[in-house]
Amino acid sequence: MISTLKHMLTLRWITGRRFVISVPFAWLAATFLLPFLIVARISFSETDGENPFGNLMTYADGVFNLKVKIANYLFIASDDLYVLTYLSSIKFALITTLFCLLIGYPFAYFMARAKSTVRPVLLMMVMLPFWTSFLLRIYAWKGILANQGIVNHLLLSLGWISEPLHLMNTQFSLLIGMVYAYLPFMILPLYANLVKMDMRFLEAAADLGATPLQAFWRITVPLSKSGIIAGSMLVFIPAVGEYVIPELLGGPETLMIGHVLWDEFFTNNDWPMASSVAVVVILLILVPMAILNKYQAEQREGGRA
Amino acid sequence: MTSMFQRWFGRGWLSLGYLFLYLPIIVLVVFSFNSSRQDMVWSGFSTQWYAALMHDDEIISGFGLSLRIAVMTACSSVLLGTFAAFVLDRYRRFPGRTLFSGMASAPLVMPEVIIGLSLLLMLVSVQKMFGFPERGAATIWLGHTLLGMAYATVVVQSRLQEMSKSLEEAAMDLGCKPRQVFFLVTLPNITQALASAWLLTFTLSLDDVVLSAFLSGPGSSTMPIVIFSRARLGLDPRVNAVAALTILVVSIGVIASSLYMARAERLRQKQISAAFKGE
Repeated sequence: MISTLKHMLTLRWITGRRFVISVPFAWLAATFLLPFLIVARISFSETDGENPFGNLMTYADGVFNLKVKIANYLFIASDDLYVLTYLSSIKFALITTLFCLLIGYPFAYFMARAKSTVRPVLLMMVMLPFWTSFLLRIYAWKGILANQGIVNHLLLSLGWISEPLHLMNTQFSLLIGMVYAYLPFMILPLYANLVKMDMRFLEAAADLGATPLQAFWRITVPLSKSGIIAGSMLVFIPAVGEYVIPELLGGPETLMIGHVLWDEFFTNNDWPMASSVAVVVILLILVPMAILNKYQAEQREGGRA
Repeated sequence: MTSMFQRWFGRGWLSLGYLFLYLPIIVLVVFSFNSSRQDMVWSGFSTQWYAALMHDDEIISGFGLSLRIAVMTACSSVLLGTFAAFVLDRYRRFPGRTLFSGMASAPLVMPEVIIGLSLLLMLVSVQKMFGFPERGAATIWLGHTLLGMAYATVVVQSRLQEMSKSLEEAAMDLGCKPRQVFFLVTLPNITQALASAWLLTFTLSLDDVVLSAFLSGPGSSTMPIVIFSRARLGLDPRVNAVAALTILVVSIGVIASSLYMARAERLRQKQISAAFKGE
């Protein structure tokens, strides 16, 4: 046994290559792929708080199994709460993506057009918040937007308002938090794309009589398409299932699916239902993820050329 | 005229953007020194919340646990991420490559509640079969490593991509074996990426709530879990103090390491150009 192992390890290039591939592959298969398969299986099992794996392993009665299998999904499809929550998660994720794009595109554009000596500093300053606690930064918005918070305090003392605005636990506070948290994920791929852009295209456009605005819309934007799509997907996909931000900044009107999943699992102890909710989320984000993969690969290849 | 306008518009946009990104951080730090319990009204300088923090056993023990998990996570994530990045960058063709690259990057965007739920359900089934592992620090570490590895892969892969292959080819021509090439040429060239991946995954782990909540057992509350449960209830000035301290430590770490790395890089470049000149 040991000698075979030794043999395998000392055989250089080919087995070395195989070893290098298999280590991360096996790890990902065990900690990422396998868990999803288990979730998928549990989502088809019967609701039973005591033993969620109960009838999972037995295939005694095919007809019975089939009936049990889709019950959770039928319930999700027929129950207004679930449908509304999925729709509202998608809505908030879409609005977040839109605002990140509207703020992030000009931001990345001006970063990319800054002097080359300043650019690394600007980039570093976008990355730096990543290194400080996400949880605490979201928590800080609570203090900024609360009724006795900084914004209200400021507006009151300026005399612009006579009563504190109700900003916290609304759609507004949720969206501020989401845009805030995901903005760097939009900026970074856009910047990476825009900074590589060949400026001669714009010079050519100007020579041919295009105004800067025309050149922007007809050259810069189309050329940065893969950055726009990658950034949008990087924001949209995690935003759909976001849990922490709605929990801290959202309110009764901000239904999000992450919260429902959490509740099904931790409060109702309904593991099969939580699994079904998760499977539907995965199905929802599957297409965006495929798009992301495609454009990220494209951007990488573009970077290589 | 238009270019003037454009320049100032650009500067204004960037300034507002950075203000937006940094406002919460500034607020946290400033109000950690607020003397008032009254949430967000400034009423004088005080360090009482730092003092209160020293006697907050829940946060202190949570911090200890988080720190242990974060160090382990950073090491394992960088190790696995380097493997994955190397595979993705160097091995263009092998069976399952599409699946592999998908799995390597999916945790980056996959909502954490889903990763947490699925990992937990897997661990429970494993536990049913083999009687271990108990939920606790080890299971949290497992989840964090899954997430951290994806980040480490991105960081290391982008460095491997931009690194010039000619050095490795030269080493190979001079008779180095692939393993020697990796340890003598590739690795020294990517140390900067490894360091930033380590720091990134370290803070990622130190910060994570959702995965930790799913994967922690009784009595293993990490610091973010403690903070999150308090933040849900309302504002707690001690949390501001924690924030200010972590920001301080992390900024020192990041700035120091990037200065050190920049110096090392300059030195290396100098040596390389000297070597070329000297022939």
